[in-house]
Amino acid sequence: MSAPVSSPPALLNVTIDGIQVQVPPGTSIIEAAKQAGTLVPHYCYHPSLPSPAVCRMCLVEVEKFPKLVPACVTTVAEGQVVHTQSASAKKAREGVLEFLLINHPLDCPICDQAGECELQDYVFQEGRAGTRYANEAKRYNPAEDFGPDIMYVGNRCILCTRCVRFMDHVAGEKVLNVSERGDRAYIGIDASKQLDHPWAGNVVDLCPVGSLISKDFLHKARAWDLDRTASVCPGCSQGCNISIDTRDDTVVRFRPRANLEVNRHFICDTGRAGYRFLNRGDRLEAPMVRSDAGQLVVADWDVALAAASAVLRSATGSAVIIASGRASAEALGHVQRLTSHLATSAVIQVPMGIEAPLEGIPNLALRAERAPNGRGAEMLGYGTDVDAAIDRAAQASVVILLDADLDADQEARLAGLGGALLVIATVPPEGLRDAVVMLPTTTMAEEQGVYVNRDGRAQRYSQAKAAPALARPAWWIAAEIAGCGDDDADVPADASDAFRMLPEFGGLRHADLGWVGRVVAG
Amino acid sequence: MGYPHPPHALETPVLSTHFGEAAARTFDGWVKRGGYEGLKKALGMTPEQIFEEVKASGLRGRGGAGFGTGLKWSFMPKEDGKPHYLVCNADESEPGTFKDREIMRWTPHALLEGCAIGCLGIRAETCYIFIRGEYTEPLRILQAALAEAYANGALGANAFGSGRRVDIIIHRGAGAYICGEETALMNALEGRRGNPRIKPPFPAQAGLFAMPTTINNVETLAAVPHIIARGAAWYAGLCKSSPKSTGTKLFSVCGHVMKPGVYEVTMGTPMRDLIFGIAGGMKPGRTLKAVIPGGSSVPILTAGEIEDLPLDYEGIQARGSLLGSGGVIVMDDTTDMVYQIWRLARFYAHESCAQCTQCREGTSWTTRILERILKGEGRPDDLDLLLDLADNMTGKTICVLSDSCATPIVSGIKKFRSEFDAYLNKTRAPVLAGAGA
Repeated sequence: MSAPVSSPPALLNVTIDGIQVQVPPGTSIIEAAKQAGTLVPHYCYHPSLPSPAVCRMCLVEVEKFPKLVPACVTTVAEGQVVHTQSASAKKAREGVLEFLLINHPLDCPICDQAGECELQDYVFQEGRAGTRYANEAKRYNPAEDFGPDIMYVGNRCILCTRCVRFMDHVAGEKVLNVSERGDRAYIGIDASKQLDHPWAGNVVDLCPVGSLISKDFLHKARAWDLDRTASVCPGCSQGCNISIDTRDDTVVRFRPRANLEVNRHFICDTGRAGYRFLNRGDRLEAPMVRSDAGQLVVADWDVALAAASAVLRSATGSAVIIASGRASAEALGHVQRLTSHLATSAVIQVPMGIEAPLEGIPNLALRAERAPNGRGAEMLGYGTDVDAAIDRAAQASVVILLDADLDADQEARLAGLGGALLVIATVPPEGLRDAVVMLPTTTMAEEQGVYVNRDGRAQRYSQAKAAPALARPAWWIAAEIAGCGDDDADVPADASDAFRMLPEFGGLRHADLGWVGRVVAG
Repeated sequence: MGYPHPPHALETPVLSTHFGEAAARTFDGWVKRGGYEGLKKALGMTPEQIFEEVKASGLRGRGGAGFGTGLKWSFMPKEDGKPHYLVCNADESEPGTFKDREIMRWTPHALLEGCAIGCLGIRAETCYIFIRGEYTEPLRILQAALAEAYANGALGANAFGSGRRVDIIIHRGAGAYICGEETALMNALEGRRGNPRIKPPFPAQAGLFAMPTTINNVETLAAVPHIIARGAAWYAGLCKSSPKSTGTKLFSVCGHVMKPGVYEVTMGTPMRDLIFGIAGGMKPGRTLKAVIPGGSSVPILTAGEIEDLPLDYEGIQARGSLLGSGGVIVMDDTTDMVYQIWRLARFYAHESCAQCTQCREGTSWTTRILERILKGEGRPDDLDLLLDLADNMTGKTICVLSDSCATPIVSGIKKFRSEFDAYLNKTRAPVLAGAGA
């Protein structure tokens, strides 16, 4: 009996700054260096774009090579020994930084990029302490309006061409270019067009300096004042990973967070602009209960939960649940359990819009279904026909609205029905003042939860800001109603526990999903 | 023959034999002078026979790099099922170089014939001639010759009745120096911005339209018909010094000589013969100061350094410069070296494609430093700064334009430092108007 012949491992041994790593053939030195714990300074290189090797910042020394090589386009070879910190490599990079700075304005104090600027960072890291370009004029280019949200500040541009390559190779709309030659060069825009591609905003994130900036974010916050929270875009069923950037508990922007399986390094402009609802001021801040006089009055949670519990316990027949498409898996699951003794029609709202694919990345688009948790809702048994649910509400003994955003007509059809109306909402619905209880809940930025995207990938999002006043996550509200008056009730301790209790998701906890999510449905 | 001057005894006319004869531009006139014999012979040869013959001749690229032509052709893949392309680099833009212009003006059919043979040697059916945008007269002449070659069946689907297809397409450049760099040229041919490409992949793997491509200079290709018609041994025998430098070479001599012009000499001919014999030497009362031997991008040689200097690849390299394109810029004792170096740097600053940081910013920064020196506003450590910037600009970019700017600065400061110092210590009056002037 001979042991099965195993093929030799298809990995190459490379030594980078004395640290040995094993990488697959075809890996660039810059990526291999990341594995060795070294970030080779770079500007034009970006893992989601083709590499032109033009900034010449990532020059490193490779033993037996006559010249320094750009780490971004040089692939590793077996036994290669790379030095990123040799005297010649450091001098070359210091030279590039000096060249980049001679025409770069020193306007960091008014530049949005300051604090997250790759030019600033690398100059501090390894640039010259003083300038040899003193008392000389710098190139001047006026700022240009490139599109609805994008400004080009040519003076700050280091011509890395990431923006041009993004539009050419990823967005597939050749609207940007390098115009002119020599140090007169700048990023030009097709005179007949605007930078208004549905994914154009990514050029702002890609820009390593403050040359391409968002008008929406302009002068809103300094980078070092921001808190960044890992989250998932609530804009559509794609489930792009984002960072919610807040300043003083106000959301100031969404930025893409890398997830190679879902959105690589990009988000669409619709998603990017979709943060504003998180800053609404007209929030429901305290529980309200219908008084004996028929008025909705503020109550504390114990009273409100007991009132809701009483309604549900006495209910018979059928129930209707209408939920927002942005409700978390935990909220949907636990609210649904409240009516398990009734014949329940549960639906979520899925607003529809235009589908806008990003040409260069497979399976990445702004999806027509503008609900981040449609798939999660489907797994829990929710439907999507809201109007049919409203029709059925006429016969139902209980109707639960979970932050549903109804139009006036829908609200009118729900008003004055025989059944009891329980409202869990972030913003009080104007036309539904006959609710039995109105319970304040959190937005997705104020809670921790899970969305399941269209490909069945469950992804968690974290709490980015404080909830207003007494608002609570909907899963907590539902679990507390269910456990009302029952000291032995199995009430979840936190959102992760609430998720674990949903059998549809196999008992997973949030930590089991990691930071890139986990496929829970085919 | 050194058109517009009568032939000189020290010349060896091969390519330039018919310079000045308008009749040689026509198809019939060219055939009468023995033209197209090389192509007819090549049509009966295999690609291997052709590039082996060229290899044996010792012909090396005349555009500047001096790479073995036959060897380059042999790098093209064999049976790969892809279309191959030959590109003729006629974007002659190197300051001081104007030899290809005369080839195209006087013997356009020599170039077309060379292109056709080149196609056969690399298994290509199509050759693009990328001609410098400013070369309007050579373009007109070349176009007329191309039309005649097609009309007479020398080119096309059935070249000379051989059943083999050879097409030649002339593409006029738009006037960017950088498009003379072979990969930038291919980008320009494809309709893209003329930016040099990263190598690898090399053109023989993925060149024009991502297909295997060979790119040769005009003079290189124009020499090929002679080699095929008269034999490699004859060509290899044209050699006066290093056996690695064979054949004849056209030199465009300009600057402070009595008879500027294009001259053809056997490789290894002493540079003194070219400058003082053929080109008529200095003007009365002047003495030689410096020579840039191979187009503006190569290091400057002093008068002392060209003594006993043979004009061949190895000889010039041994003196620390390069044969380059054969553009010989002669400067006499009246030359202001600082001013000349500034002029060169300014050219490169204007022509940098703007891709690589060192080149985009370095070429113009060094130009500004040289400018302030000429304005009498130089700073004491400016020369050290120039040398350090030149070091940061050398060997670090995609193409060699950056190096080309740094080269004359470094050799200029090394060899003529006193002239820089004279501006810096104000013993020489400024030649450019300064801010205070």
